[in-house]
Amino acid sequence: MALPLRLGKPWRPLVSDEVDRLPGQLGVYQIADASGAIVYIGQAGARSPFGLRSELQREAHERGTGHQFRVEVNMQYRTRWFELLMVHKADHGILPPDNAKNPPPLLGRLDPA
Amino acid sequence: MDFQPDTEQQMLIDLVRRFVREEIIPLEAKLDPDASELAPEDHARLVEKTKAMGLFGIDIPPQYGGPDIDIVTRTLLAIEMAQHRAGLYAPCYGTFGGAGLAQIFEANEDQKERYLYPTLRGEKKAFFGLTEPSGGSDPARAIQTRAERRDNGWVLNGSKIFISGADRAQYGIVFARTDAAKGRAGITCFILDAGTPGFYVRRVVHTLRSSSYATELEFKDCWVSDRQVLGEVNKGFAVANDRLTRQRIPYAAGCIGVAIAAHEMAVEWAKLRSTFGDKLANRQAVQWMLVDNEIDIRSARYFTLEAAEKARRGLPFRTEAALAKLIASEGGGRVVDRAMQIHGGMGMTKDLPLERWFREMRIRRVGEGPSEVQRMVVAREILGSSLR
Repeated sequence: MALPLRLGKPWRPLVSDEVDRLPGQLGVYQIADASGAIVYIGQAGARSPFGLRSELQREAHERGTGHQFRVEVNMQYRTRWFELLMVHKADHGILPPDNAKNPPPLLGRLDPA
Repeated sequence: MDFQPDTEQQMLIDLVRRFVREEIIPLEAKLDPDASELAPEDHARLVEKTKAMGLFGIDIPPQYGGPDIDIVTRTLLAIEMAQHRAGLYAPCYGTFGGAGLAQIFEANEDQKERYLYPTLRGEKKAFFGLTEPSGGSDPARAIQTRAERRDNGWVLNGSKIFISGADRAQYGIVFARTDAAKGRAGITCFILDAGTPGFYVRRVVHTLRSSSYATELEFKDCWVSDRQVLGEVNKGFAVANDRLTRQRIPYAAGCIGVAIAAHEMAVEWAKLRSTFGDKLANRQAVQWMLVDNEIDIRSARYFTLEAAEKARRGLPFRTEAALAKLIASEGGGRVVDRAMQIHGGMGMTKDLPLERWFREMRIRRVGEGPSEVQRMVVAREILGSSLR
């Protein structure tokens, strides 16, 4: 049984009150604009001081208001991150705009059924 | 057999050891603990260094421009190249170059022009498509992907799983059943361009190896011409089998390299760490763990170099390669486990490479033929051909 390819959790507002409650675990996350369009897919790796919480706190600080987020706790944060990027590219033809500015080298291609 | 390195081998070992310690490990310290790639500019800079060392493309046969280093020496160097965090699956992050898939050297001239030479120039990457959802240990019987004759070519239908690099490759080698009645004598090997209509990389397969993923492939009315048959029709299994045997030697060498690195960490820690008023190194329980590490490493090294030596001499080495793979992957796993135990809580953290080695080493008991298959290979040798 394959795991779900896409993150399906509801969006939460990218504000301090929300992100301060996140776990300090490793994982992946998505940032969307107010309309729900994904603008960035990120990962909280082992060098993040408090995992998802510190990554999303940084995102909230840098992006300001008007954004949303959702997370997935995942020890396989690197391969899951690559997977989410490839799925997004397969769905939309391009990477999220903030990933496209600095795309990972050697990103593969995926043809999800 | 005496497997002490000669002067030239020792010089090369020292060269690679210095490269790992002075170039790879400092860069690695800045990467994510599960990273398996360097920044492109760092990779390019280190490739220039390995070229200057005369060791780039070390596994490429000399007639194709490789540095003409025998397999025993290459095995000794592979042990060195694996001695860093990513070293088991990404030794030195690929800065020593690759030779591509071994099978492609068996290609005809037209295929060599289209696939082998671009691969050796670093312009193309390939995947190896053998394992299927129906199983990987017994590919001769498990392969259900079919190739049917149509329009002066072949139409492939089926799927593959646990295929590394298929999403990034420009082409791959795919095994398909071309004669359902003939068992292992009914399998053909095809070269498949990644852009071929009907070829799909369906999903990422996440494993313990969180630094890198495998993929699942689907072939749906995927037509390839006769030009894409590698070797002869219905003789593909021999191509696969030869690769599986040869691959076991460097596979074992990687396990030994990581085991040595883990053991060295454990020895160093045991001398530093005190508990209940004495160094760990003075505790018999710890001493015995270190001795058991030494036994596992030395055994694996001996069997792996024995297989390499037989291969170097052109002698049959199937049994020796199976023993090497079995002993190095199982022993290497035990060494990493003991090193973690000696390190205590720190051994479980991502601060140290031990937890990554532990996860990746576990895969080595299954990948490239599980331990049970290696034992079957050796049992056949012991008991004779009546079991085949």
